[in-house]
Amino acid sequence: MSVTEAPKKYTKKDFESDQDVRWCPGCGDYAILSAIQKMMPDLGIPRENIVFISGIGCSSRFPYYMNTYGFHTIHGRAPAIATGLRLARPDLKVFVVTGDGDGLSIGGNHLLHVLRRNVNVTILLFNNRIYGLTKGQYSPTSELGKVTKSSPAGSADRPVSPCAFALGAGATFVARTVDRNVAYMEETLRRAAQHHGAAFVEILQNCNVYNDLAWNVLYDRETKIMNELRLEHGKPLLFGPVDDRHGLVLEGATPRVVRVKDAPERALWVHDDGNTWKAHVLSQLCTPDFPIPIGILMQVEAPAYEEVLLEQERAAIAERGPGDVAKLLVSGDTWRIG
Amino acid sequence: MSDAVASPATAAKPRRQLDRAVVRFAGDSGDGMQVTGEQFATEAAWAGADLVTLPNFPAEIRAPAGTLFGVSSYQLQFGSRRVYTPGDRLDCLVAMNPAALKVHQRDLKDGGLLIVNTAAFEKKNLDRAGYTSNPLDDPALEDRYRLHKVDITRLTMDALESVPLNVKEKERCKNFFSLGLVSWIYTRPIEPTVAWITKRFAKNPAFVEANTRALKAGYHYGETAEIFTECYGIEPAEMPPGLYRSITGNRALAWGILAAAERTKLTVVYGAYPITPASDVLHEISLHKRFGVRAIQAEDEIAAVGTIIGAAFGGAIGVCASSGPGIALKAEGVNLAVMAELPIVIFDVQRAGPSTGLPTKTEQADLLMALHGRNSESPVVVLAPMTPGDCFFVAYEAIRIAVKYMVPVIVLSDGYLASGAEPWLIPDLKTLPDIPVSFRTNPEGFAPYVRDEATLARPWVRPGTAGLEHRIGGLEKENITGNVSYDADNHDLMVRLRAEKVRRVAQEIPPTTVNGPAAGDLLVVGWGSTYGTITAAVEEVQQSGKAVASVHLRHLNPLPPDLGQILRQYERILVPEINSGQLVRILRAEYLVDAVGFNRVRGLPLSTEELREAIEQLLKDKR
Repeated sequence: MSVTEAPKKYTKKDFESDQDVRWCPGCGDYAILSAIQKMMPDLGIPRENIVFISGIGCSSRFPYYMNTYGFHTIHGRAPAIATGLRLARPDLKVFVVTGDGDGLSIGGNHLLHVLRRNVNVTILLFNNRIYGLTKGQYSPTSELGKVTKSSPAGSADRPVSPCAFALGAGATFVARTVDRNVAYMEETLRRAAQHHGAAFVEILQNCNVYNDLAWNVLYDRETKIMNELRLEHGKPLLFGPVDDRHGLVLEGATPRVVRVKDAPERALWVHDDGNTWKAHVLSQLCTPDFPIPIGILMQVEAPAYEEVLLEQERAAIAERGPGDVAKLLVSGDTWRIG
Repeated sequence: MSDAVASPATAAKPRRQLDRAVVRFAGDSGDGMQVTGEQFATEAAWAGADLVTLPNFPAEIRAPAGTLFGVSSYQLQFGSRRVYTPGDRLDCLVAMNPAALKVHQRDLKDGGLLIVNTAAFEKKNLDRAGYTSNPLDDPALEDRYRLHKVDITRLTMDALESVPLNVKEKERCKNFFSLGLVSWIYTRPIEPTVAWITKRFAKNPAFVEANTRALKAGYHYGETAEIFTECYGIEPAEMPPGLYRSITGNRALAWGILAAAERTKLTVVYGAYPITPASDVLHEISLHKRFGVRAIQAEDEIAAVGTIIGAAFGGAIGVCASSGPGIALKAEGVNLAVMAELPIVIFDVQRAGPSTGLPTKTEQADLLMALHGRNSESPVVVLAPMTPGDCFFVAYEAIRIAVKYMVPVIVLSDGYLASGAEPWLIPDLKTLPDIPVSFRTNPEGFAPYVRDEATLARPWVRPGTAGLEHRIGGLEKENITGNVSYDADNHDLMVRLRAEKVRRVAQEIPPTTVNGPAAGDLLVVGWGSTYGTITAAVEEVQQSGKAVASVHLRHLNPLPPDLGQILRQYERILVPEINSGQLVRILRAEYLVDAVGFNRVRGLPLSTEELREAIEQLLKDKR
């Protein structure tokens, strides 16, 4: 971005659009919207250089509520649209807002490819484990046996872990956060937005109408203590009550929960967010056998797709000068008549 | 082939003047028939002939040798008068193996020249081609055609005796022997081919030597072998003066995009997923990174259209090419561009059949899909080039219309135009119309869907413009404000506005050219790649004094504003198409005229002869 003068100092209000927010009262999306609007001024990017692109679903209404450029597109295709936009306009900061159905079901292919190409976009996947806008069918992250309108006898689909999917696709930044912890969510989103390359954030979000308290293990004060694993780079992976801390150890490639008091300190798994191998193990942890990792699972540097292509373009022009169609038309075999 | 007066030949053997000839090279897909045909076309063009080519190859990349489905061929018609089609019936067939003979013999005229490579007519190849006995031993073949049995393989090997290559490598030069021989028969200059070989094999002097020798050996064989008693001359055609090159439709599409990018100084994002027969556009675009066109090989057809919509939202021109199956997948994306009123251009290089169909064969059956194959009312502009070279101008025009009207444009090319080549008068780029682009920057009175009075286009805004931040999307928009609207009357208004915007593109269409009398007994109406066939057939009938004319539509939506008036000047209307009757349906519905179709859906261009007969029949039939 070529900003010659210091960008205007924004406040949260600068990012609120004039549209009425139409999510159901009590929806987790409100907290996410608020966290993003609060975080935006910290990025120091002129508002006009920011674009939010979404697909279809409750989460995808998001762009209407941001006073930036926005494009509410079609079901599952936001990553492809964002890729084209970035290639045309590498000067823009592009966010993709999607959900568990939009991003992992109908748009699974596009999500895979935007991540593996490492397009410089920040992807926010709101995971409420249900189809909300179509009124309550099971989603690709719904648990096996989930009873919904379309699965009265229980869903036969095994759920996908969005973070494991992202890592498998070759994402360079993968994080998970929870809608009910606004401060922590803000921090994670800021780090994601500042990442160079495709940043993927799974936001665990509550649909209070069709799948209320799907993430209750992380909301309920009692259960949260044993089920939330805060990831901090360089710190051991610890959880549980203050007087009985638990930790994780890796035995070969197999993670195991231990009581801290029973384990030698050196044995504890210390989080290294630059370690892609361990990130794959972390992404598989889930209740009831393990706590759920919250925070940045992994962040590594890699060239962004559009930058590689643009570098090829620059190199071609540097070598042979800009294209000249008139010259191209007469290149190769020609002959004159008359 | 109409014979002209014999000219005093300078060659040792008599030369007979022809005004046109149809030649086809056919062999195994590994026999190099495409290269042979392309080079023969280049030679013919250098000698000043007008020509049209028809490459025809199997969908399989390396089909088993000697099989019927592995036969590859390249046909061209060249002549001293205007040539419109690759020709129906062959004057000369070169069959490099039994399978090629079996597949192509039926297209050779009685008395036509048949050159066969006898070395390939051995048991294994005869079996694979399904011959129970050697057809070359059948006297009927010799009775019907002027058969020349030439051991092309052995003659090639003999010519290359001293070249340091192995047997297999030498044997692979035999296509150039055939090319040399046919070049002699039709007095085409072999210099361009020698130059091509020298350049193509620059890194391997032995191959240059071998192929050049094979070529010359073939040429001299014609000159000296007693079996060839005469050769044929074809005078240069009267073509508009200027600098020419050969161009295929796919390359012309790609170059038209480059020309539009250069003129607008806008970035073009080209998003595509590989598909036959459109992939060559992607290959060509990818070669030219210096021209401001950025190519993405997307993960699928849907993503391909997605990327170009994203690019258009960003203020770039979005272009993609595909074929029918891919266009079907893009329908939802096209509708997003319809709703968001963004400029994108989609080339449909049509191929034959539903589903996978016949990927390497041609058809014109995507017209109704282009017009209507999306949910709800989804008006888009539809254009169709008439010849390979016209693909350049139509690609450019499609981009011009898309950005002027903020509307998606679909261009219907086809497999025949895609790989067919013609001599192309290289245009002066200055003669192309301007493509004015203005991005809205003024926040005063801005709303995403305020409209230009003349075009009804909404403003194009580049993200990054301060004060114009706005949100758009696929939900119905309130006119002017662009806010999401569920209002019944607003929806009705927007449906009409989107349609009217496309209708207004009619003001861009020049007066329709009528080929023939301005009124009469019959008007033949066509679109797309049938231009050559229709023109050739109509001109043949006109020569017999009949009041027949033709018009060829490049604009299919909207239709030319003067078309209705023209249609009413003729007693009858015939609409030839390579589908079961799509344009004819539209003409009947739009103009309440009793148009009838001429339809063949064989994966091939229409036959001029058949069409001429159909025209004559229709003229005979009293109403």
